Amino acid sequence: MCGATTGGLSLDGINVAKEAIIQGIVTKGGQPVESAYVRLLDRTGEFTAEVPTSATGHFRFFAGNGDWTLRTLAPGAETTDTTVQAAVGSVAEVEIQI
Amino acid sequence: MSRETALVTAEWVEEHLDDPKAAVVEVDEDTTSYDKGHIRGAVKLNWTTDLQDQVRRDFVSKEQFEALLSARGISNDQTVVVYGGNNNWFAAYAYWYFKLYGHQDVRLLDGGRKKWELDSRELTADVPSPEATEYVAQAQDHSLRAFRDEVVAAIGTQNLIDVRSPDEYAGRLLAPAHLPQEQAQRAGHIPTAGNVPWSKAANDDGTFKSNDELKELYTEAGLDWSKDTIAYCRIGERSSHTWFALKELLGLENVKNYDGSWTEYGSLVGVPVALGDEPGDA
Repeated sequence: MCGATTGGLSLDGINVAKEAIIQGIVTKGGQPVESAYVRLLDRTGEFTAEVPTSATGHFRFFAGNGDWTLRTLAPGAETTDTTVQAAVGSVAEVEIQI
Repeated sequence: MSRETALVTAEWVEEHLDDPKAAVVEVDEDTTSYDKGHIRGAVKLNWTTDLQDQVRRDFVSKEQFEALLSARGISNDQTVVVYGGNNNWFAAYAYWYFKLYGHQDVRLLDGGRKKWELDSRELTADVPSPEATEYVAQAQDHSLRAFRDEVVAAIGTQNLIDVRSPDEYAGRLLAPAHLPQEQAQRAGHIPTAGNVPWSKAANDDGTFKSNDELKELYTEAGLDWSKDTIAYCRIGERSSHTWFALKELLGLENVKNYDGSWTEYGSLVGVPVALGDEPGDA
């Protein structure tokens, strides 16, 4: 996760113009959570993808245009849902507090 | 095959950590997961380098598989327990792969790495160095593996199950959303294939749903239980998960996994492709 841009992951090597990126960080009490799982649900609530957070609490998805929900699971925490809008050519940065 | 012989719990694995008759194997999409921490005594298989031919698109040969398992210290009479990240996608793929090469006793850790982590169970960075064995594999069992010609022939005649997410099925996404979407092949699905995302067979913690829930799920999706079935996804790993649910948990006969999946089918010249949320016509 070296070279992380302010507030998010490095986008080196990614063709941002062709992707609808949703990325961010999971935190608990201001600290990054590295053992969380973030699921991406589509506009109908259907599971689309899931990633574990990195050592720095970060995650990233390559979605499509539209509304999405991020569902976060972590040991000893309640499941939380966060809505986000994505669009091709942009990066939606999200901070999820659990 | 049944749920009792195909699936083990985390408790079962913890009880058998020192059992010489059991071999625990981790297989992940993220091939660095194992290195950060794994179940004590588990060996790693890398799906990109260990399980795939490095020149053409195919699996390693019987001889290469034998050499691989021998080097990992796995013997024919061991109970092999596979687990991995991403809700066991690649562990289910490895399970199917072990069956393809005739291993007798393979099991999947229910919930895989995620459930293990969410339960805060022990992980270690210590890499075991098991003694080499002389593993003997069988010829590939093609009753488990579908190739492109039989997939094309199955349109409108067999159960075709597309287990990707609805957006991939409809052609709105080309890959699972944790991967970049820029891909070479066309978007869409095989005409007449129903869409039953693999995730519907699993709970949020990655464990499989009950057999009753699974039966209801596939029945409601229109699966004809009297017909042969082919499952596919993008590269054959998520469809291994559904293959496992149908064949190993529910005991359905004649279920094949199409490992060529959408990255092959969506690149074929001249085959029919359906777009949108409906299966489409043959």
